[in-house]
Amino acid sequence: MSAGTNKIDVTVTDIVPLNDLVTRFKFERSDGELLPTFSGGAHTVVEMKDGEVSRLNPYSLMSDPNDRTAYTISVRRDEEGRGGSLFMHRNVKVGDRMTISYPVNLFALDLRAKKHLMIAGGIGITPFLSQIRQLDYANGHFELHYACRNRALGSYVDYLTSAHPNDVHIYFDEMKQAIDLENLLDGQPLGTHIYVCGPAGMINWVRDTAEKLGWPREAVHFEEFLAPQSGKPFQVELAASNKTIEVGEHQSLLEAIEAAGVDAPYLCRGGACGQCETNVVDYDGEILHRDHWLEDDEKQSGKKIMPCVSRFEGKILVLDR
Amino acid sequence: MTIQFNDETFRDDYTFRNSQWAIDRFPFPFHEDSYMYSVNMEQHQGGPAGSIFEKRFDVDEHYVSEMRDRALVLAEDPLRCQSLPHMTLAGWDLLELIMVSKSEDYPDLFELHRDGDRWHWINRPLGIDQKFTFMDEATLPYGPMEYITRQTQGDFAVLDQRDENLWMDAGIVTTQADWSLDFDIGMNFFEWHAPVPLAAEMGIFKRALKFLMNIQQGAPARRLNWTMTVNPRLDTSPENYHKWGPQKMTLTPENIGRKQHLRVELQTFFRLPRSNGLVFPIRCYLIALEDLVTVPKWGRRLHRVIRDLPEELAEYKGFTANRAMIVDYLSKFDDGLPTSDGIWPDKDTEPPLQV
Amino acid sequence: MSTFEFPPSITSRPVWGKLEPRAGKSHLMIADAEGAEALLKLAQADGSLMTKAHIMYFPGETGDTYIGKLEELAPAQLYIGPSYEAAVPRLRRTLAGAHMGLQVYLTGTESLMGQAMREATDAGIPHTAIQTEHRGSVARRMQCVHCKGITENVMTDPFVCSHCGLNLFVRDHYSRRHAAFQGVCVDAEDPGNVPPPVELYS
Repeated sequence: MSAGTNKIDVTVTDIVPLNDLVTRFKFERSDGELLPTFSGGAHTVVEMKDGEVSRLNPYSLMSDPNDRTAYTISVRRDEEGRGGSLFMHRNVKVGDRMTISYPVNLFALDLRAKKHLMIAGGIGITPFLSQIRQLDYANGHFELHYACRNRALGSYVDYLTSAHPNDVHIYFDEMKQAIDLENLLDGQPLGTHIYVCGPAGMINWVRDTAEKLGWPREAVHFEEFLAPQSGKPFQVELAASNKTIEVGEHQSLLEAIEAAGVDAPYLCRGGACGQCETNVVDYDGEILHRDHWLEDDEKQSGKKIMPCVSRFEGKILVLDR
Repeated sequence: MTIQFNDETFRDDYTFRNSQWAIDRFPFPFHEDSYMYSVNMEQHQGGPAGSIFEKRFDVDEHYVSEMRDRALVLAEDPLRCQSLPHMTLAGWDLLELIMVSKSEDYPDLFELHRDGDRWHWINRPLGIDQKFTFMDEATLPYGPMEYITRQTQGDFAVLDQRDENLWMDAGIVTTQADWSLDFDIGMNFFEWHAPVPLAAEMGIFKRALKFLMNIQQGAPARRLNWTMTVNPRLDTSPENYHKWGPQKMTLTPENIGRKQHLRVELQTFFRLPRSNGLVFPIRCYLIALEDLVTVPKWGRRLHRVIRDLPEELAEYKGFTANRAMIVDYLSKFDDGLPTSDGIWPDKDTEPPLQV
Repeated sequence: MSTFEFPPSITSRPVWGKLEPRAGKSHLMIADAEGAEALLKLAQADGSLMTKAHIMYFPGETGDTYIGKLEELAPAQLYIGPSYEAAVPRLRRTLAGAHMGLQVYLTGTESLMGQAMREATDAGIPHTAIQTEHRGSVARRMQCVHCKGITENVMTDPFVCSHCGLNLFVRDHYSRRHAAFQGVCVDAEDPGNVPPPVELYS
């Protein structure tokens, strides 16, 4: 089967800077047709043509899942990153044509839940915006706890608190407001599901606390897109296609494979979905595993790598691709 | 083409018949002269014109009569259609998928007019004209899944995706090959497949599950599966096993060509956008052996497949008792000539039976 | 000891575990007959559980055998009932008032564990988070796939459906929703040809 998902050609129809860090982009189909519906928590992979470099970054869809006229995403500028978010902020203009993937959901609501307890940190708010819209249609029972640095950087705080005054709780780090997690988790009715999206530290804190309090693993959902990190350039042999490629400092291994014209599967491009799992034929050096997908023993075995986020340092890396 | 719908039965007097058109487009499931359980999945993005693969939901000459048979089964046993409470959204997904697909693929038979959430559905073969509000159950005579699947051939398993598994949490099952929705509803992928022999050890289900969970919107997949049924009976349910089971004993060398049917399932898989669920339509096609062997390639190949099938699979598919008689009948249509690759009849290129 | 090693089977057949103490603010323990032995062992492993435990126990034919010992554990709540069926309203009320973090321990017969698990999963606890340990009788709770009636305490294969009277063979295919194994007509293809019943696991 071919890699990834079906693609959609879209036009950027609106760009709204929300604050110093976050800008919202609106996409409509270039052919004037309607976009597919999606489920709350879904993301799309946006393709960016930055000169010679092609980047594909996943962003949560934050618009109303039932609104088929447009999708919106919010992009946080990352000065330290490899340039995807900077490209979106600096180069993308209203009227630009772009390519995005069909929606994919790796962070879906468990529709059996008697209550949805949402915990967001910073830009991690975006998937909850579409999930809350979805629950609105079904009279779903939810409660959102949203931590951000301050009011100025709190994207969508005003919208959320006015639309859902009783169900949304905001915490500003700079005002020393913090989620009292143990108290929050204690006393939730049976059938409550937790959803957490935010920085890795927050996700681990919520998962660990829930486990300590006896919450079942299946009732705790999380989404963390790892941005591929920059690193030292390295060389890779692709055994199946008989090619040797260079992975640049600001390029991911997956991007380098794609740039060489080799078809490689992917869905999330963030180390979470498992789709790009690739067999390592041979290596001499150290595989820098950065994904959430492989088990620890698989990482130690040196037989698998997730090329969307993981890198390599050493002499030889041969992949079955 | 305009389809001429048959007036026929799948029970009692069994007046079901395939026209020459239906025989020629029958989904023969064996691409080579042997069979082993496998996932054999491919994209469901059309197929040769006129073939059963061409449309997203194939409609054929049996449509009206099959829907009549489904209504009889449901009147007798409403437990054949069930949806756990969290699956209603997936039901609307399914209704939307089928109405949109059928109205686009068969504009002369089905029409869908949408004005926001005010929808108007016209089903000409069944004489239905329904105005309703999308996502408002009170405006339809049944729940959304039941409403649309009473108008669509094939069984439907509607799956929830969570906890790295698929869960059969809704469905309508009236044309099944001996499995019970009422019993299996709520099970995960491995549990509802548990009774299938051999495959579990082969790791097939792990790979199949991984594939299915990665099926994305706009990229449906399909495969064929098969079994054997005596008489053209759609409802071969475990619920009614004690009623149809004795018919297996009525085969004779004289009537086997007419009574023994190859039963082929076209299984398709679509991601459901609003619920992130997956729908698994299981469409049943029946053909009498005497019709099947009119295609020389199929006669040769079916004989070899049934003759060489591992005993466990014959047992699972429920035709051990009649296997010898079936092989004996089919052997008359196998002259030992080689067969061409693939499932297609190749009537113009394959030689006629040498006697 | 009242333990039994079930032979390996298909993936839909439940695999019962061994109860062990788990973190949680409250603990619901449901047992019938010899299941009490597993609770006594659990209390040995961590006696502090009992201060936060609600035990529901149905001694059945074991009578007073274990009651004194359970009382000695001094659980926060101890309910001794005549039957599981009689205790269902109490169980539902308990679950309705419970919070996430509740740990559920089921032990005894497959019928008891299956039915109590269904109540707990309906209340919102994933089935994989519920601990079980089989003790005592290996009798099965069977659903007739034909008439849908449940026959309790099935000890032979085949057996007669207590509702419709069909002769059913005992499958390992199991439904958590029905808390029952599947019984299918044994003489469907050849009516009257019923093999003599054999004791389960013999």
